[in-house]
Amino acid sequence: MEKNVALKDTTLFFGFAAVILLLPILLEPIGANYPDLLQKIAIFGIFAIGFNILFGLTGYLSFGHAAFIGIGSYMTLWSFKLLTMNVVPAIMFSVILAGVFAYIIGFVSLRRSGIYFSILTLAFAQMCYSLAYSVLTPITNGETGLQTRAIRKSSETSLLDGDIRIIDQAFGVQELGVPTTNFFGMAMSGYTGFYFCAVLLIVCFFIAQRITRSNFGIMLKAIKSNQNRLNYTGIHTRPYLITAFVISGMYAGLAGSLMAATDPIAGAERMQWTASGEVVLMTILGGVGTLVGPVLGAGIIKYAEQKVSSWNEGILESFFSFLPETLQHFMANLGVLFVGEGWHTTLGLLFMIIVIFLPGGIMEGIRRIGAKFSRKKPEADTNAAAPQPAE
Amino acid sequence: MSAAEEMKNEQSRQFERGTANTVLHIDDVHKSFAGLHALSDVDLDVREGETHAIIGPNGAGKSTLLNVCVGRLKPDRGAVVFDGEVLTGKSPHEINQLGVARVFQTPEVFPELTVLENVMVPALSKRDGHFRLNPFKNFFREKAIREEAESVLENVGLQAQLSGLASTMSRGDKRRLELAMGLIQHPRLLLLDEPTAGMARHDTNATIDLLKKIKEGGMTKVIIEHDMHVVFSLADRISVLAGGRIIAQGTPEEIKVDPRVKEAYLGEEQV
Repeated sequence: MEKNVALKDTTLFFGFAAVILLLPILLEPIGANYPDLLQKIAIFGIFAIGFNILFGLTGYLSFGHAAFIGIGSYMTLWSFKLLTMNVVPAIMFSVILAGVFAYIIGFVSLRRSGIYFSILTLAFAQMCYSLAYSVLTPITNGETGLQTRAIRKSSETSLLDGDIRIIDQAFGVQELGVPTTNFFGMAMSGYTGFYFCAVLLIVCFFIAQRITRSNFGIMLKAIKSNQNRLNYTGIHTRPYLITAFVISGMYAGLAGSLMAATDPIAGAERMQWTASGEVVLMTILGGVGTLVGPVLGAGIIKYAEQKVSSWNEGILESFFSFLPETLQHFMANLGVLFVGEGWHTTLGLLFMIIVIFLPGGIMEGIRRIGAKFSRKKPEADTNAAAPQPAE
Repeated sequence: MSAAEEMKNEQSRQFERGTANTVLHIDDVHKSFAGLHALSDVDLDVREGETHAIIGPNGAGKSTLLNVCVGRLKPDRGAVVFDGEVLTGKSPHEINQLGVARVFQTPEVFPELTVLENVMVPALSKRDGHFRLNPFKNFFREKAIREEAESVLENVGLQAQLSGLASTMSRGDKRRLELAMGLIQHPRLLLLDEPTAGMARHDTNATIDLLKKIKEGGMTKVIIEHDMHVVFSLADRISVLAGGRIIAQGTPEEIKVDPRVKEAYLGEEQV
């Protein structure tokens, strides 16, 4: 068993790494191989993997993880403004700060379970969102959003309007025009930015895989399965839950940091509840509790957001050009309700179909197809993938 | 001071000195729910290494008493002392870490985990304590614990289902799994709430044999059971609970002939 699991994990890891690194080639046929979309898939993949450590393993559904995205983004911007445009310290500080906030929010929220936990996390996130627009405006720059600026000429200039970048200045880094984020000199834009995010996604996947297979991971699964029984087994579940919440928050902080690293602007809308809901959709769509599912869900939603939302009647007309003219117009008129601005309808329908027919997400669908080909009943896997209510 | 009070005080002093061989001492426990007295003035001693059966009709307060012992319920009055340590006020995980394990009346397993994982979890809890942050220690490389879990599962007759999910097991198998989850912790005190309920006769006999085997290892057990065949096969001493009160205590032979027991619990039926 031990060897089988190890072999499976190694194969899965290298397969995952290969697919992620080859995404620019693999996504070319569907026109999704441009850096901006690839970066988003990698970043939201990290976010979803982290979210799955909490939701997938423990069953605790947080509706406030976007708060850590915001915290990570703001911290990164401040690192760019105060220290250096190098992303390494920015990422480190963001992950640590998100971890600290996750500990505080988790400490309070995890006093309750089920719907009360979800509502508490939602309340915290909305509080962060509101604070960013109100009393924390000197830090967040309110609705304008926090951005990097040129080095300020005078100390009287506000830090929001002029940066200081102490480390860059100490090393005599010359800035020409708009400062750009970099990884030891390599600009964090285009494919470089994608590959930087992709490597971090692979590292995050590896860590999540190790956590899932660890003693710690099995305790988290036991919490989801029967928390009450675990208490009578001698396990204090609260520290396990807080740790899972903090790790998950740190993943979100990293994702937020990478968002700011690839596009150096941070706004409070990243902390809105819709952003928290989006990661829930990604995880459920791909497959709760699976390792690859959340990344798959993130990829599909980000693709739909960027591509399906850009389709219009003209594109649909040409797509249905093989049909007779009347039918072509009918199909195009009908289809336009589900693309462009109506892409959320498509997403909603897809989500409903998945939840009703494939409660284990797309990964369950893949398993069922695999089982059909191997002529095995997928019963055990289906049960394992079945979503459990939050404790 | 009456002779009974004197004896009780002496017992308390023995506990304080740690010289008594009583491993569990339930002292004047009272518990009521909305005016209904589930337990009244319950005093009970369980000696080290014995199998102590608690019997009584439905609603007598047997499960409530176990719930008080494991920290699920807090008594309104009185205390539960295990090996000189007051359990009252402690949380269930703390009580388990002290060496008290419980087998539930309704099987409480981890349905989404495999049978082997179900048994390995309590073993890890016993080894690592109530919390250990080891996110990179591979669960599947816990060779010693896995081997022990396999051995315990073999003892309860579940060796053929190691990799099956607990959710797919029959109720009887779940009960055996729960027993294995308790046994792997090698608790000093094992509390069994109707461990053979729902089992076929041959499974019940196998469980009796298994529990007898454990008895030889010196583990103290408190067993709640309706099946008199199980009770009289296993118990060294029996306490009879009726209406939340202990009405009789003694050896199986003494209980068999006790008229109060016959009246309150067995009625006209012969044991």
